[in-house]
Amino acid sequence: MKRRWNLLIWAGFLLVAVGLVSYVPFFALFPSTRDFPWVNLSLFGLGAVLLGKGLGQAFGQPQLYRGRVFGPILTALCLAGIGFFCYGLLYVARQLPAAAAAPRVGQKAPDFSLPDQNGKAVTLAELLTSAPVGGAGGKANGALLIFYRGYW
Amino acid sequence: MRSFQKHLADFNARGIRVAGISTDAADITRQHCQKRGFTFAFLTDPKAEVVRRYGLLHQGGGPQGTDIARPAEFLIDPTGLIRWVNLTESVTVRARPEQVRKAVDELMLAAP
Repeated sequence: MKRRWNLLIWAGFLLVAVGLVSYVPFFALFPSTRDFPWVNLSLFGLGAVLLGKGLGQAFGQPQLYRGRVFGPILTALCLAGIGFFCYGLLYVARQLPAAAAAPRVGQKAPDFSLPDQNGKAVTLAELLTSAPVGGAGGKANGALLIFYRGYW
Repeated sequence: MRSFQKHLADFNARGIRVAGISTDAADITRQHCQKRGFTFAFLTDPKAEVVRRYGLLHQGGGPQGTDIARPAEFLIDPTGLIRWVNLTESVTVRARPEQVRKAVDELMLAAP
């Protein structure tokens, strides 16, 4: 008798693969799925359950289901991928210098003059004392500085 | 950055100027702002002088081992005093606009 394809294994593999490739181009764009990547981790979890069931079929009912060869191979690939993801998230992403020398609350912010995206020089003093365009009543209550890694 | 652009009106209404700072080259920053439609100030510090002054240098953190800024956010009042700082421990976790808006309301706009 021809044995059936082990769809659970392939579905599990697909879910883990989607979880791996979707974080950087998509889920990392939204703070609610970036700070803690719960969507990707859920995909991994669901994929792992399906892979487990699929392997159970492959080895428990080998006369009915295929997958004793590609099941373990795909599972190993998935585990390696998940391990790589967690390594990046829990280790690589946290390799930031401590910034012990950064100015603290209550200290004076160091002044500066830097060109903006239009090539115009902007000083901290200017940011602090000029009201935002589009603000109500022309109030100037301070500035928010966002240092970012860059887009290279 | 996208989320701060989305909530920019909240900061404008409170009289808070928003500015991004990175070590990107001027043309990269300009192209990026055009592509994403960013309307607040994006300042370029290619030599990382200001980044150093703020103690935020990430040595070799950029492409090909270049020096870049580690992520950080500061709220500064009109007299130049720092009222709130956020130094993240992970590149994937940044201050959210709602969180900063709350800090503005509580620390900078509340009656003394």
